[in-house]
Amino acid sequence: MGLTFISSILFATIVAGTPLIIVALGELITEKSGVLNLGAEGTMSVGAVAAFAVAHQTGSPLLGILAGMGAGMVMSLLFGISALTLMANQVASGLALSIFGVGLSAFIGKPYESVALASVEPIRIPLLHRIPVLGPALFEQQGLVYFSWLLIVAVAWFLYRSRSGLVLRAVGESPVSAHSIGYNVVRIRYQAVLFGGAMAGIGGAFLSVFYTPMWVEGMVAGRGWIALSLVVFATWRPGRVMIGAYLFGGCMIAQMFVQGSGARINIPSQFLSSLPYVATVLVLVLISRNRSTIRLNSPASLGQTFLRDA
Amino acid sequence: MNRRNLALATISGAALLASTALMGAPPAAAPTKIGFIYVSPVGDAGWTYQHDLGRKQMEAEMKGAVTTKFIENVPEGADAERIIRQLAQDGNKIIFTTSFGYMNPTIKVAASYPDVAFFHATGYKTAKNVGIYNARFYEGRYLNGVIAGKMTKSNIAGYVAAFPIPEVVMGINAFTRGMKSVNPKAEVRVIWVNSWFDPGKEREAAMTLISQGADMITHHTDSTAVVQAAEEKHKEKGTWAFSYHSDMAKYGPTAQLSGTTHVWGDFYTRIVKEVLAKKWTGTNVWGGIKDGMIKLAPMSKSVPPDVQKQVHQLEAEIKAGKLHPFAGPVIDQGGKEILPKGKNMSDSDINAMNYYVQGVASVFPKN
Amino acid sequence: MWLKFEQRPEPSRVMTYLSPLLAVGLMFLSGMILFFVLGKSPVEGFKVFFMNPLKDMYGVAELFLKATPLMLCAVGLSVGFKANVWNIGAEGQLLIGALVGGGLALHFEGSNSPLLLPAMIVSGALGGMLWAAIPAFLRTRFNANEILTSLMLVYVAELLVSWAVHGPWKDPDGFNFPQTKMFGAKATLPILLAGTRLNLALLFALGALVVGWIFMNRSFMGYQMKVAGQAEFAGRYAGFSAKRSVWIGMLAGGAMAGVAGISEVAGPIGQITEHISPGYGFAAMIVAFVGRLSPIGIFFSSLLMALLYMGGEQAQQYLNLPSSISKVFQGMLLFFLLGSDVFINFRPRLVRRRK
Repeated sequence: MGLTFISSILFATIVAGTPLIIVALGELITEKSGVLNLGAEGTMSVGAVAAFAVAHQTGSPLLGILAGMGAGMVMSLLFGISALTLMANQVASGLALSIFGVGLSAFIGKPYESVALASVEPIRIPLLHRIPVLGPALFEQQGLVYFSWLLIVAVAWFLYRSRSGLVLRAVGESPVSAHSIGYNVVRIRYQAVLFGGAMAGIGGAFLSVFYTPMWVEGMVAGRGWIALSLVVFATWRPGRVMIGAYLFGGCMIAQMFVQGSGARINIPSQFLSSLPYVATVLVLVLISRNRSTIRLNSPASLGQTFLRDA
Repeated sequence: MNRRNLALATISGAALLASTALMGAPPAAAPTKIGFIYVSPVGDAGWTYQHDLGRKQMEAEMKGAVTTKFIENVPEGADAERIIRQLAQDGNKIIFTTSFGYMNPTIKVAASYPDVAFFHATGYKTAKNVGIYNARFYEGRYLNGVIAGKMTKSNIAGYVAAFPIPEVVMGINAFTRGMKSVNPKAEVRVIWVNSWFDPGKEREAAMTLISQGADMITHHTDSTAVVQAAEEKHKEKGTWAFSYHSDMAKYGPTAQLSGTTHVWGDFYTRIVKEVLAKKWTGTNVWGGIKDGMIKLAPMSKSVPPDVQKQVHQLEAEIKAGKLHPFAGPVIDQGGKEILPKGKNMSDSDINAMNYYVQGVASVFPKN
Repeated sequence: MWLKFEQRPEPSRVMTYLSPLLAVGLMFLSGMILFFVLGKSPVEGFKVFFMNPLKDMYGVAELFLKATPLMLCAVGLSVGFKANVWNIGAEGQLLIGALVGGGLALHFEGSNSPLLLPAMIVSGALGGMLWAAIPAFLRTRFNANEILTSLMLVYVAELLVSWAVHGPWKDPDGFNFPQTKMFGAKATLPILLAGTRLNLALLFALGALVVGWIFMNRSFMGYQMKVAGQAEFAGRYAGFSAKRSVWIGMLAGGAMAGVAGISEVAGPIGQITEHISPGYGFAAMIVAFVGRLSPIGIFFSSLLMALLYMGGEQAQQYLNLPSSISKVFQGMLLFFLLGSDVFINFRPRLVRRRK
């Protein structure tokens, strides 16, 4: 039992954490540009249904992912028009997107609720997947799992090593100064918002095409909101997004393993189910306690509308 | 586009026909309006889907005499009362409210519409014009357990469950008793996901159980995720699944061995006929295999013929009342005798079940 | 050509009133287009969705009943939102309010004291405040972001309610179903209009709107909160600590959500179950924004929101449309409202593209 047990906990944790990582990294880029988009739940839902529909019609999971990405971008464009072009409140625009997206996905997804999709074979990384314990957990995963790891590196590199990343952060820190030295704040924010939408769409695609694989109304089940909290949890650092996502996934999986093992613990299951949420709050407190880390990493203009003519 | 829209078109077409017919015909010939309230979207499998199948079956069998209408996704809070009342006010003469949370609103509305017949599924409060109905799902569970006990190699079954209410607990216990009746070494492990519907969590729970050695998987949640998870792991781990609510063979063509399927159509037709004939005097139906309210999902060809034969025989015994899934001795997890040998558990005791029987390896969630 | 928005020297008064009408008009229009696309008659669709729910007194009373918790939550939240305190956990505070207030009803079961109901309402408010105090404390003491902590606590509150009704507070005669006993007559809110379910809670909500208006527009503290919301620096300059606005904002939201919660269980529901709120705490955020964080606006926007819920029910019944259409409408309405607000502060102009 022992080793395979650890291996399967690890495997399940990674799978549960993957959509959270992808969506949270997209949101992280959006927030670094100073825009708070609370629409992840709706964007994921629409991404999930679009990906499922296309994967089902074409039989290609890859096209499904692309469709999810496209749908996510269209959704975030709606948000952009409202919050960036029309300068509406970002919190409200994001909430509107969430509600609209959840409703819309249910609406257009009706015909697909009756459809099953064959599960996609994982990709085995040669040699590496033979490593005991870690191999099966880390290197026999779906392509999007590897994508999520690459994404962490790419986002970190982009933010801290590339010129465009520097510009993006400058826009998030002080849009007025960025504007005054000639950067097009609104365009840069649009790009960041679209990237966030694309990632939320891919996160949705992971759920409907690879994870469950099915489409049903309400299947995102709050994961968009959890991804949003992970961004703050991670104090806007890409690496910590991964830690947070796996911690959250790990809590959920661990309590199931405890239940399934038949261990003699006498705790109401509701308390076990609330563990991941309580843990998130606690870690958030631990991280935020040091004000300077938060202030250092959080974009100063987050959530504030940029008035071009002001 | 799909069969649901086709169905909608048929319904509205039928309504149109009915209303044109109404203009020429005397009012007595007008079809009776019947309303249904569902707790979730109809979807393609699960609790509500089965009720909707029942509604369609009844409407087809009563063609011309009734028209039906349903409202889905009705929250079990304060909104239910308004929607039930609307249906009554709208001239629906028979109203089915298909989730436990509609019990009190149904009773309240029924008091102001004495000439409307109400039927509430899974509750316990009745009134002069409120009947209740439910099915002995546990009978199907017991038979599923027998198949599991015969076919398991690891002697471990995994059970993904929503909330520890008696309806779910009696299913777990019946399954366990069925399994142990043919395989004394068998044990059942339970994971509570605290949600009727969260495909992601249901799948995780199934995968967890599979990785902990369960080769027989079933669920008391509303999506098809658990059967799909078993299908996915079938090749690698030899996992088999039993569906619940609906026959989910479509989602687990190889892995699904059988399942417990809810069948409401016959009951709906029967009860509507009774009401229309003015013969209805109240209902408290708790029907099982005998009444056709529970059916086994067709056993797959992976179930060996001798097991199939045995299960059919047990099914017949349950039908005949010779076999009761909770026949004494019933011993709980801690070894305490709940019911002595030679007795069958009473319905009220079954309905109040808040313990696991011997053979369930998990600890009962004490609150 | 390029559409450009130029800032107006001062907000347009005309547009302040016109923009919500424009938004509602746009929503009606796009709704009718949607009906048309779905193969329904737009006029018929409009009638069913927006007029059917109000066809009789009962319907109107139901509209107000449904709007009451939205009004309560939204007015409480608006206090915090004005000061940039983002309490998005009103749903959890509502549940805890229902749990604490309802707990009192269960504890003093059978009591005939006229004080029971007022005590339930007060403890409901306190329960909501208690739940809101957690993120407020974590924010002021540990600097933890209240958006996330308040949201996480929603899930915890849901599980707490679930535990209570599955466990210690389960009705002993209820065949183990997850719900408490029904509350007694003395623990139930009196009905305002005979033959309907409209109860005293509506008056709480209207009272809250008045108090909210006075607080934000006539009290110094309300003024300080608004200033603090516009700029933290200016707020500090005005001698107002950010910590205090966090506490006031969170507690106001928590108290009102708690009252909404206890009003639901002591009103139309009559017991504690797992299904106290179909997401009122979240919908109230939209109500607050659509109402521009002003009590008068919130009054109208909560009624509109309630109408959208009820219209969705009607659309299922008479147009055979799925239930999700309500959410599509809510989202559209909110987008249009947010979008048309741009005309208040900005003037649209077509300009030739530079280059």
